[in-house]
Amino acid sequence: MQFNLDINGERHALDVDTRTTLLDALRDHLGLTGSKKGCDHGQCGACTVIVNGRRINSCLTLACMHDGDEITTVEGLGAPEDLSPLQLAFVEHDGYQCGYCTPGQICSATAMLDEIKAGWPSNVTGDLEAQVDASIEEISERMSGNLCRCSCYPGIVDAIRQVAREEAGA
Amino acid sequence: MRSFDYVRAGDTAQAVREAGSEETRFIAGGTNLLDLMKLEVMAPGKLVDITRLDLGGIEETADGGLRIGALVTNSDLAADARVRRGWPVLSRALLAGASGQLRNKATTGGNLLQRTRCYYFYDRGEPCNKREPGSGCAAKDGVNRILAILGTSEHCIATHPSDMAVAMRALDARVEIEGAEGRREVALGEFYRLPGDTPQIETVLKPDDLITAVLLPAPAGGRQIYRKVRDRSSYAFALVSVAAVIEVEDGVISKAQLAFGGLGPMPWRDADVEAALVGAAPSAALFDRAADILLAEAKGYGGNDFKIPLTRRTLAAVLTQATEASA
Amino acid sequence: MTLETIRHLKHDTPDHDRRLDGMAQGVLGTDMDRPEGPLKVSGRATYAAETAPEGMAHGYLVRAATIGRITGSNAEAVQAMPGVLHVLEDERMIRNAAQGMAGKSPVQKQGQAWYVGQPVACVVAESFEQARHAAQAMMVTIEPDGTHAFDAESREAQVETPEKKQLVQGDFDGAMSGAAFSIDNDYRTSSMSSAAMEPHASIAQWDEDGAVTLRGSYQLLRFNKNELADVLGVAPEKVRILSPYVGGGFGSKLGLAPEAVAAALSAQVLGRPVRVVLHRRQVFETVTRRSETKQRIRLACDAQGKLTAIGHENLVSQLPEEVFSEPVAQGTHFQYAAPNRLVGHHIARIRRPAAGSVRAPGEAVGVTAFEIAVDELAKAAGIDPLEFRLRNVPEKHPENGKPFSSSTMEATLREGAKRFGWEHTAPRQRREGEWWIGTGMAGCVRVNMMIEAHARVVLTGQGVRVECDMTDIGTGSYAILTQVAAEMLGFAPSQVETVLGDTDLPPASGSGGSFGAASTSTAVYLACMELRERLAAKIGVKETELTLKDGHAIHDNRQTKLSELLGEEEWRALGHLEPGKAGQDVRQATWGAVFAEVAVSDVTGETRVRRMEGTFACGRILNLKTARSQCHGGMIWGLGLALTEALEHDPRDGHMVNRDLAEYHLPVNLDVPQLGVHFLEERDDWANPLQAKGIGELAICGSGSAVINAIENACGVRVRQLPATLDRVMEGLAAHD
Repeated sequence: MQFNLDINGERHALDVDTRTTLLDALRDHLGLTGSKKGCDHGQCGACTVIVNGRRINSCLTLACMHDGDEITTVEGLGAPEDLSPLQLAFVEHDGYQCGYCTPGQICSATAMLDEIKAGWPSNVTGDLEAQVDASIEEISERMSGNLCRCSCYPGIVDAIRQVAREEAGA
Repeated sequence: MRSFDYVRAGDTAQAVREAGSEETRFIAGGTNLLDLMKLEVMAPGKLVDITRLDLGGIEETADGGLRIGALVTNSDLAADARVRRGWPVLSRALLAGASGQLRNKATTGGNLLQRTRCYYFYDRGEPCNKREPGSGCAAKDGVNRILAILGTSEHCIATHPSDMAVAMRALDARVEIEGAEGRREVALGEFYRLPGDTPQIETVLKPDDLITAVLLPAPAGGRQIYRKVRDRSSYAFALVSVAAVIEVEDGVISKAQLAFGGLGPMPWRDADVEAALVGAAPSAALFDRAADILLAEAKGYGGNDFKIPLTRRTLAAVLTQATEASA
Repeated sequence: MTLETIRHLKHDTPDHDRRLDGMAQGVLGTDMDRPEGPLKVSGRATYAAETAPEGMAHGYLVRAATIGRITGSNAEAVQAMPGVLHVLEDERMIRNAAQGMAGKSPVQKQGQAWYVGQPVACVVAESFEQARHAAQAMMVTIEPDGTHAFDAESREAQVETPEKKQLVQGDFDGAMSGAAFSIDNDYRTSSMSSAAMEPHASIAQWDEDGAVTLRGSYQLLRFNKNELADVLGVAPEKVRILSPYVGGGFGSKLGLAPEAVAAALSAQVLGRPVRVVLHRRQVFETVTRRSETKQRIRLACDAQGKLTAIGHENLVSQLPEEVFSEPVAQGTHFQYAAPNRLVGHHIARIRRPAAGSVRAPGEAVGVTAFEIAVDELAKAAGIDPLEFRLRNVPEKHPENGKPFSSSTMEATLREGAKRFGWEHTAPRQRREGEWWIGTGMAGCVRVNMMIEAHARVVLTGQGVRVECDMTDIGTGSYAILTQVAAEMLGFAPSQVETVLGDTDLPPASGSGGSFGAASTSTAVYLACMELRERLAAKIGVKETELTLKDGHAIHDNRQTKLSELLGEEEWRALGHLEPGKAGQDVRQATWGAVFAEVAVSDVTGETRVRRMEGTFACGRILNLKTARSQCHGGMIWGLGLALTEALEHDPRDGHMVNRDLAEYHLPVNLDVPQLGVHFLEERDDWANPLQAKGIGELAICGSGSAVINAIENACGVRVRQLPATLDRVMEGLAAHD
């Protein structure tokens, strides 16, 4: 099946099996292997990408359903010599070890901070109608869809908090 | 995953037209359907993509309720200011489910149709009457810690995994369905079917029926609580959950709407439990009696026996919280 | 022509020179960022499945759904499916992953399905989607071959009791019966999975000379190379393995796994590259798991709380014909002093998927159960559990009298208690709403090991290159080896390039058993010492009088640029560490103490860890940042072991029921509080010339007990079957109601 994906600001024409997931299209057909396959069933978050501004599990969606969608992968957030604030903070706080869940964590965190800014509540939000902030508990709950077996959660939370604080101060 | 034909529907009528066979499935969020297709637990020959249909809005209805389009994502529904204010138990239930990423994709209609998380349903190497009618139920004598204690049959002990649907059941939601014969509404309580000897049939939907919306009646008021008990603090299915809408007036319970997750093949509600509560003064003894009624027919299968006392304790805690004088 | 000289060390004696303390660059031991970090956080680090050689085909494994003799299949029908290139049913396919450091083929298929989930075929197709569907359509006929046991504790299980693994010292029974206080309990830990985030993946490609290159995800490349050669029946020189980035190991990638063999065999048949990636469910089943354990622990002490008897008898499970068995009592042999001792080790041969090394085999579950038992005895004796431990610190190895290379148990306990603010309290004293609050503590211990390692260091006037087949599985090898070379040769880390994960490079230790950083760093250190000696000789000073810093050689108040000294030359040296008597003459170990605060719901039995503080002594810390992260990992693994992780096996056929990441519950972000980690300053001269020891496993060896002990302190419920899921806690709570 033929369709187009707009990835990291660039249009890509694809002709793939309808069964091809967005994740496999990125990894196997477009050479964008930053998005990782950890479980292929939406159970780990390693494949997280941002579609039309929202973080999703790219393993649980068909590529052909995203014709014309705006997709941002970790490669689009920053390059090694030009890292995003979150990417830099992950390095500084050692918010990763093996690095396999890391692109998913960073894509997830990038969009998650926007969700907080938009005032979305979470399961640990005390008052559903009050302002939410990027507390440790809020970040931890909102990042719980990204497993890290190296268990770098403390570093991940520190990295995200730092960026949230920087953004709030800016 | 077997090959399938893919059709993108432009409008609801086309979607309904394209469906109509057992081989066809609608796809929206896809978070459960693709999960199951990858394991060939489900193997449709045709997918009708309904994501471009105009079913993504939340509108207020004339009676003060809400009409929630079937394609509204779990995230949008949970964050909707009206829902947070008027139907907070629904926001809470949604936020207790899955992960941020999944809630961004999963839709209202799809969430209602989630399949069970029974290990044996997911495993093509094992018998399962829901997946392969007549093959048997491996769960009854297998590992069944997460499975049902209410509404089961000798053919199936699966649970329905949704959190959202539990809150909706407590809120008396109705499902709006578009089919070949036009539009109809079904109360959520009548939408699901017990497994009996046909556990493969889970709802009243016909193959060409498309859920177009969920309707919530006007805000129920009261104190609204969703409590989910699970094996880790986030990103896990409920072992037991309770959605409660409780109102106390003059020291007596005046309203009690209770639904339960993790217990049965559908979001569970028991009118007798609510009847026993309404008109009575809150007390530990009353809550115990409510649990007695709820669990009168409960049956454990070994590994899930603990759900019976767990439900009793959780229900009591929720009712205690809901009936406490506000601080 | 460049000359490569070799410096070899047979490690027989302690190294008191501590040369590293005399270096001047000042980068070792700092919290330097990982040099590969920017690649990892931008998605540019390339893992095993992420190259696509021209013409690559895709393989997908087929699983046995029952146990028995393989008698046929529908391979012909599958071969005719769209896109299918080959159906591999080769007898050389392996039953399960090789054990760590095997260096030879594991049990091969032999026409048998030994356990449910065994890979029995591989379908190769043009695309991943085609291969997956065809593999799912493949049916292998399996004739039952008798009845089997599926539970180590079942009466049908055949149990082996290897003589070498039993120990009796003194009068154990007498000490038990005459004791002032004693306990006798059974503890159980669950079957568990490493569950590294990157599923095993291999891309195999043969060249016209009959040599195979495997891009894989492995921990111990020099062993894996021999394993693959043995499986394929080719000379090891014909095998090259590349693993520059490994998405987590934790033991699961120690040994060659089925996907590598399937990829190599298929690629040979087809004459084109083949990629096989394990589905997550296949990772669970075909890669070795941690055995469940039943541990009978008997302890006795006198009225003052001095241990008089220690008994630790263990039952573990394993498939037939696997050599490994979980060494549960490894830490018990020396953690505490007591004159009368009994250790039992029993292996039940059952048909669950193969067991193997998972992060800290032995102590992870052994110390964890033991430290719960110690808590129980301290309570029985009415003594603060911290004080009880302090009264039983061994001065020397309690069984053979050998000295400890360093003894930091007491220091970690005291420092940890101070940092946490430890106060001994009675159970069920603190409550916040429905939540009981309590604290618990435990000691941690893990044996320290070194294995043979080589590394090459190349020095030029502009910088340094480190080369070996070492892996970085997240442990920090890239950072640490860079720092060692930078420190020794006086360059900024940015001028050091570390190249790893290629068996064409000198064979290092690989990553496992917490031996990687210390063993391979020692090889790098040796190579650097060799280069320092050569530089000193060229300048005409003694090595000890030579300071190297910022690309300069400094001696006798003179400073010379290395670029001037070396000109265009490239100096090479090979470091070779060979373990010797230093590992046998003393007991080397790492020690720690973990303190935890938990909240337990009086309603549901749910436990939330609110605070955890770890204090560890692991010799010289090479990189503070990666060391801390390793300890975070260990502590969180301890939390998972204590609270959430259990593989459920079907009682009827042993298959793993919850083999996915939705139902096998790794701790998630919200389960984990912010953790405190502190290292004691230590130099262990026996360990190696760096005085550094293993870090990666220590924190899991006891952390879980601190959580379990805290649950008891919170709500009065003693859980002896791990994980302490809410139903197990709730059962105890109900007894208090």
